[in-house]
Amino acid sequence: MPDYSDKVMDHFTNPRNIGELSEADGTGEVGNPVCGDMMKFTIKVKDNRIEDVKYLTFGCGAAIAVSSMVSEMAKGKTLEEALKITNKQVAEELGGLPGNKLHCSNLGADALHKAIEDYMEKHGIKSASAT
Amino acid sequence: MKTINLDYAAASPLDKKVLDKMLPFFTEHYGNPSSGHSLGEMPRKAVAEAREQVGSLLGAEARDIIFTASASESNNLAIKGLIAGGKKKGNHIISSEIEHFSVLNQLKTLRKQGFEVTLLPVDSDGLVDPEELRKAIKEQTVLVSIQAANPEIGTVQPLEKLASIAREKEVIFHTDATAAAGWLPLDLKKTEVDLLTLAGDQFYGPKGSAALYIKRGIRLVPQVEGGIQERGLRAGTENVPAIVGLGEAARLAHESLTDRSEAIAAIRDELKENLLTRVPYMHLNGHPDKRLPHNLNLSVEFVEGEALLMRLNMAGIMVSSGSSCTSQALKSSHVLAAIGLPPELAQGSLLFTLSERNKVEDIPYITEQMESVAALLRNMSPLYHKFLKEDQINA
Ligand code: FES
Repeated sequence: MPDYSDKVMDHFTNPRNIGELSEADGTGEVGNPVCGDMMKFTIKVKDNRIEDVKYLTFGCGAAIAVSSMVSEMAKGKTLEEALKITNKQVAEELGGLPGNKLHCSNLGADALHKAIEDYMEKHGIKSASAT
Repeated sequence: MKTINLDYAAASPLDKKVLDKMLPFFTEHYGNPSSGHSLGEMPRKAVAEAREQVGSLLGAEARDIIFTASASESNNLAIKGLIAGGKKKGNHIISSEIEHFSVLNQLKTLRKQGFEVTLLPVDSDGLVDPEELRKAIKEQTVLVSIQAANPEIGTVQPLEKLASIAREKEVIFHTDATAAAGWLPLDLKKTEVDLLTLAGDQFYGPKGSAALYIKRGIRLVPQVEGGIQERGLRAGTENVPAIVGLGEAARLAHESLTDRSEAIAAIRDELKENLLTRVPYMHLNGHPDKRLPHNLNLSVEFVEGEALLMRLNMAGIMVSSGSSCTSQALKSSHVLAAIGLPPELAQGSLLFTLSERNKVEDIPYITEQMESVAALLRNMSPLYHKFLKEDQINA
């Protein structure tokens, strides 16, 4: 088992916002090419803000903690703000990740961004900051 | 909190009797076996006795046993040592896809040096087909190296058959018996192999204690050069306490091999039955019967192994996994790939290795914890949710 920070262990032990929103406004699914794991984010949007966010994760301890952290960071943010959440920020918020687990943090922000882009596409919104 | 170790292949505590036998050789009988004076006498005798004991475990002569510091070292001495001394009859080596890295990585190096390497495939239970070996042997084949049993999926190879084919074709046969020695009867009078690797830490002996059996007449080139210890095949002052510990562990294993194996297999089977019946969507990896008595490998569908391992660890249960996420190199187990296990199932693989410290009374707790951990992780698994949806549609 890698040496995870207390923050990572906290989010792994008590992951926030688990699940799948039944009537989601946007859905984002990504697979991890490095180790074959996956994450699915669903969001509810109201007045251009992320009102609710849930995720499902198939992956390691870091991946689970990352998805939980991303969901917390995204909740209540405007779409533009949420699109600016970076993998690096997620890792920092978690008190750092072991070197060979950094790639797991890519999954979280990517899946969230995909869900937002999905929403924007459905609503004909163009975003310059979309990654 | 209660802790239940189910990862004894990674490390086992010493048998108390082994420790007692070793201790005087750290402080009282600390002499060097090579010394001409009387301080060397006790250690020299003790090393000779240990050699007898390891020989007895294998049905071999003491003089055919060389002590090393690890199974990896023994494998290196066997393979590189043989190739280096080879009279260039050919440059073809046969092994299997599920060998330990201390065999596979040497073969990779030898390949770069111009050797042709054939890695025999295994079936979905992990067995090498002896007929495949027969077909693979050719004029240029100088060595066959196939493990006795696999440490990960527990599958036991038809060693006698494999060795006899190699002998028939006059090719040298090495077996890495690290996982098997001390647990399965190995009688080299019946199963004639040329080289055999074993390690003491796999049967309650100390870490850093291992041996290589070398059949008389097989020429090896030392991989550690220097003094004339171990018949000049492995230089360096003998680690007397470790050797003594290996000898005693071998004696104890030899003495009660069948009882030990049967007792542990009974607990393992009970654990297997409980887990497979109580936790849905679990699969057994490796051969159903031809397997090491203390080994159990199961895949928990829809979830990943590191998360399982961490959750179980929080419940005081220690296991290991073949998931890519648990490996430093982020590669999933080559053994599970070789038996054709789909990647998602390899990700959810759990390896349980038992010791005589495991108790049947702990099985209900382990099962309970497995049930709740699997349910909890499945609840957040996109694969599981997808499966449930498809199931509903099909119903
Ligand atoms: S998801 Fe595989 S290492 Fe993190």
